[in-house]
Amino acid sequence: MNSFLNANAELVITLVKIVLLLFIVLTVNAYLTWFERKVVAHMQSRWGPHRVGPHGLLQPLADGVKFLFKEDPTPAGVDKLVYYLAPLLALALALTSIALIPFGPEPIRLFGHDIYLGIAPPDLNIGILALFAVTALGVYGVALAGWASNSKYPLLGGLRSSAQMISYELALTMSVVGVLLMAGSFNLKKIIEAQAHHPEWGILGWNVWPQFLGFFCFFIAAVAETNRVPFDLPEAESELVAGFHTEYSSFKFAMFFIAEYTSMITVSCLCSILFFGGWLSPFPASWLFTHYLPSAILILFGLWVIWDGIRYETTFGRIILPGLGAAITALGAVFVLLPNVNEFIQGPFWLLSKIFVFLFVYVWMRGTLPRFRYDQLMAFGWKLLLPLSIVNVIVTSFVILAKMQWWGAK
Amino acid sequence: MTASLAVFFALAALAVIGAVSLIVQKHPIHSALSLIVVMIALAGLYLLLGAEFVAAVQIIVYGGAIMVLFVFVIMLLNAGVEEHTSISKMAGAPGLLLVVALAGFVAATIARSTESVETTLQTGEIASTLGISNMIFKDFVYPFELTSFLILVAVLGATVLAQREKS
Repeated sequence: MNSFLNANAELVITLVKIVLLLFIVLTVNAYLTWFERKVVAHMQSRWGPHRVGPHGLLQPLADGVKFLFKEDPTPAGVDKLVYYLAPLLALALALTSIALIPFGPEPIRLFGHDIYLGIAPPDLNIGILALFAVTALGVYGVALAGWASNSKYPLLGGLRSSAQMISYELALTMSVVGVLLMAGSFNLKKIIEAQAHHPEWGILGWNVWPQFLGFFCFFIAAVAETNRVPFDLPEAESELVAGFHTEYSSFKFAMFFIAEYTSMITVSCLCSILFFGGWLSPFPASWLFTHYLPSAILILFGLWVIWDGIRYETTFGRIILPGLGAAITALGAVFVLLPNVNEFIQGPFWLLSKIFVFLFVYVWMRGTLPRFRYDQLMAFGWKLLLPLSIVNVIVTSFVILAKMQWWGAK
Repeated sequence: MTASLAVFFALAALAVIGAVSLIVQKHPIHSALSLIVVMIALAGLYLLLGAEFVAAVQIIVYGGAIMVLFVFVIMLLNAGVEEHTSISKMAGAPGLLLVVALAGFVAATIARSTESVETTLQTGEIASTLGISNMIFKDFVYPFELTSFLILVAVLGATVLAQREKS
């Protein structure tokens, strides 16, 4: 057994990582629905879910159980193979894209093996291209679901989404070229490292400043690619019932749902990595005291949860919430007390915080923006985003060329 | 049998099965899906040869853009199940002859080749992004630009054809 483990260490580590990442991503997905409902509710002066568990924290669990136990009818006249393939494809591709994201700079050393955070090897030369390849295939899940359902509304939703995704994919890909030119690599790790060229600049060294136009195009195109508000025409409920997933119920619907939320996470990861310095801290490298920021935030948040928990209405909440808060506080304390661990979590902490901010922006947009009309959507993509991203590529390449010619940089 | 050889055969089998299924399937959407499988299997083969850039671009361009358009058009036209007619003798006899000739040619080429066929990872600059861009923009810049000009002409032609009914 031991010799087998040693001989296939790489394989075993990867398998464990896959299982762990799947578990984490699916849990985060579930709580993203809770987060979205809570935030949107508070924006609309409502409470949101608060019946199942303290603050509605067990709501995702209840939803999951509901999805599993609901009746799962297959409508008559569907194309069986494609009908079952579509949600599988959507979910599999969405989860694959997460596997290509690196989550931290330094490997963790366990049992004599260097283990990197993230499933793909950190020296994957085509990182961003592979990601685009996977997301480019994502459109099939939606398009095929719409077609295979053999029903009018899903077909219209599927058609809309394919047209929308084809249109915005161009702008999405073009808007990244500026970043790639500045980094000189497709490797996500190298793209982040290129933003740490001047360690003392901190937040000012990130790509978002020179590449603001690129970020603008990228984020909007990415929101359109994930079919989220205000680009959720494929599932516009006032016109198309539920769009491409009208004929899907139970867990097949849940698969589309998970796929959509997973692509939200992927887009947030990409935004943070490409434009916001990935795992780099926003502070200058010499400000060592900022390394205690993660622990400070965790401890303060934990204390707040305890304080909130002891005054909670239900007895269950008065037990669970302080317990949760104590666990979070303890985690923060562990980071303070173990310097090695504290150094290690710096990268992942900043990356996760940035991802969280982008997820909040997603929800924020959903809470505030109305849906585009179809012609507005097409005009916006083709007449504004695409030309803007092309201008961005041209300007960036000329600036880089000028730098090399006159200032002799690089 | 090494691991990369096993992967090669798996991908090759996938490509062949996809190609056969493309012809045999009755519904256009199923044929399009089979073609996507072929494209992805080919991308896997490129990856196996160390041509990462070509593999990724193969999926992005063929799998993600061109085939989406195919599927989109099939969905838009709502093309139904096609009727399979028995192959006419006119097409059958030369077709069979062609198949035999082509298979013989390929088999002969493989049999005659003295070097072993490389199916493993090729390390080197030629397949990297840098190598490819050097080839496209330095060595073969004129053919490349001519090709893009040709594509531009095709795009203009398509636009003109699409707008003809308006005038």
